[in-house]
Amino acid sequence: MYRIVSAIFLAENIKKFEIEAPMIAKKRKAGQFVIVRINPNGERVPLTIADSDPEKGTITIIAQGAGKSTRELNRKEAGDSIADVVGPLGTPSHIENFGTAVSIGGGVGTAIAYPTAKALKEAGNYVITINGARSKDLVILEDEMKAVSDEAYITTDDGSYGFNGFVTQKLQELIDSGKKIDFVLAIGPIPMMKAVADVTRPHGIKTVVSLNPIMIDGTGMCGGCRVTIGNEIKFACIDGPEFDAHQVDFKNLADRNRIYQHEEKEAGEAFEHACKLHGQG
Amino acid sequence: MDARTITAKERMAIPRQKMPAQDPEVRVGNFKEVNLGLTPEQAQQEALRCIQCKDPVCIAGCPVNIKIDQFIKLIAEGDFMGAVRKIKEDNVLPSICGRVCPQEDQCEKVCVIGKKHEPVAIGNLERFVGDYERTSGQKIDPKIAPSTGKKVAVVGSGPASLSCANDLAQYGHKVVIFEALHELGGVLMYGIPEFRLPKEIVREELDGLRRMGIEFRTDVVVGRTITIDELMEEEGFDAVFIGVGAGLPWFMGIPGENLVGVLSANEFLTRVNLMKAYDFPNNDTPVFDCKGKSVAVFGGGNTAMDAVRTAKRLGAEHAYIVYRRSEKEMPAREEEIHNAKEEGIEFLLLTTPLEFVGNDQAWLTGAKCQKMELGAPDDSGRRRPVPVEGSEYILPIDMAIISIGNGSNPLIHQTTPDIEVSKRETIVVDVNTMQTSKEGVYAGGDIVTGGATVILAMGAGRTAAAAIHEKLGGTAKNYDEW
Repeated sequence: MYRIVSAIFLAENIKKFEIEAPMIAKKRKAGQFVIVRINPNGERVPLTIADSDPEKGTITIIAQGAGKSTRELNRKEAGDSIADVVGPLGTPSHIENFGTAVSIGGGVGTAIAYPTAKALKEAGNYVITINGARSKDLVILEDEMKAVSDEAYITTDDGSYGFNGFVTQKLQELIDSGKKIDFVLAIGPIPMMKAVADVTRPHGIKTVVSLNPIMIDGTGMCGGCRVTIGNEIKFACIDGPEFDAHQVDFKNLADRNRIYQHEEKEAGEAFEHACKLHGQG
Repeated sequence: MDARTITAKERMAIPRQKMPAQDPEVRVGNFKEVNLGLTPEQAQQEALRCIQCKDPVCIAGCPVNIKIDQFIKLIAEGDFMGAVRKIKEDNVLPSICGRVCPQEDQCEKVCVIGKKHEPVAIGNLERFVGDYERTSGQKIDPKIAPSTGKKVAVVGSGPASLSCANDLAQYGHKVVIFEALHELGGVLMYGIPEFRLPKEIVREELDGLRRMGIEFRTDVVVGRTITIDELMEEEGFDAVFIGVGAGLPWFMGIPGENLVGVLSANEFLTRVNLMKAYDFPNNDTPVFDCKGKSVAVFGGGNTAMDAVRTAKRLGAEHAYIVYRRSEKEMPAREEEIHNAKEEGIEFLLLTTPLEFVGNDQAWLTGAKCQKMELGAPDDSGRRRPVPVEGSEYILPIDMAIISIGNGSNPLIHQTTPDIEVSKRETIVVDVNTMQTSKEGVYAGGDIVTGGATVILAMGAGRTAAAAIHEKLGGTAKNYDEW
């Protein structure tokens, strides 16, 4: 069992956990993830490691309640435990001093963009962050992103905070202003990552995205997380999760992620129903 | 009949005992075990068929060299616990091996009785002995030598690792097994379905290893959570055995393979076996809804049989095996092919898929297949399938499961570059000791051979254990000579 040291909501439905996992805390690098299993009947859920404290032996993960498992996780409090945490998995982000690097996080994707932005800053880059959300109350890690940025922007779809519009519009604005951008990292919903790739492609800006396909073991064994990169099949769990955005077949990723949509909905509804019956809803 | 007074003629007159099994029509509706096990009377009868050869060739036919003649003699005499004790000298997983070993290609293949009659059912007897212990309430654990003060790390908890760990513990070494998944047993847990190997049996046989003082650590991915070098340099292990299996599924590389509904057998079986997706939503992991659908499994090995029979049990209306050669060339065990047929699995032989086709939502709707005929023998000695021109047709299916084998997982190689690997990324070892190119590091099982059988992996684990023991200052011992 892995003990939760702290658990706080960052926004509605988005919760940040510090979990005791000393071996992972010592080892993890930006871009890597863990697989958690909430309870003995639970799914294996991949979640990016947002931060770690090797001294305390804890890792930080940020989860958005979407399916049954993440909603169940978000009901956990400090002092509770979860059944399994395994990792760090995946290939760490390739970090170097590119020059000017833009790290874009969309929604809960910011939890992944943040550690890489921090690593980019430590590698000597001029770091620009674009932190996007649907509205002001869904913006997460604002202070953290700011702390590792030379320039930090917030965008909201409804204009309730920061720049009114999508992260891609802000990025386009930066490019149009003549700023020389050497590297872009974009992490968020699939349509957002695809849109960022479309913005940077004509300018030949090296762009990396972190993919979130369906995954079970996370060690290359099941092949469920295979993604099409260029004309090649790659396993996101061991070859990724970060890939060259201009090579990713986003449509294939989106299609494949829909396979259990029906089952997920069913499980989610049953879970909500059970919670209400037990007065936890 | 008494083992001491039976005549040769009486012995030969005993028919091979047929193991009771669940009715095919009933078992396709459940995940319970197909074969029900010999009764004690049947086991004793079957054991009486063994003529106790002076030079028992069956032992040489067994990759872990179980003293087959001796344990069978004890069964014939009715000393079942004595038989348990005898088997456990060489194999701590009799209930598992009795179920999943390809006995017909090993011990039973060379059985002298088999020349004129059906061979002695060695596998069924082994299974009987293992099950007898589990249900007797008595536990027989092997003797452990006094502690040597040495520590060995075993990576992976599948068959190769378990047999290696068992021998090392008996030699008196401290053994710690590291497993990447949350559950122990490797392929025994995620790969082999409940109806062929109940998970409870795996857990109970693992408990036997725990009683021997072997420590298990789940959720540790060696190569990611900790490297081989760190195990040796920081954690103080004197040697490492790598038994991580061949867990990187191969795909066919044909168009449409990434459509929704095309899965590897590993993914399908892991969802159902390890994550208990057959019991969704009581367990959270879903699996493709097979009910009333057409499911095709591409391949002809045991894993393909496991996958197709699982699909049938999940309610598939049509569950096909699509195999490019004929039934004779199928690598699956005869028994499994037979069981599959009884359960209504449809065999599309001499058929190869050319591409998968889907609808506008990218969901699989069919496989474009081509008929094949057998030509001249190829490198494997099997007749090569040759396409029949103009024979293409679309097989309508809702789900495709690819079961054409596995490559090697690159994680350990990536983080331990001084371990030499072959072009196929299998670990290169000295076959006599299973030592890798890295001092103190040994490997065995599918990570060395590519996808093979449980028992071959166990044999490799034992060879490595003997070599590690010698390396750590123990007396050189070849388990063949025990």
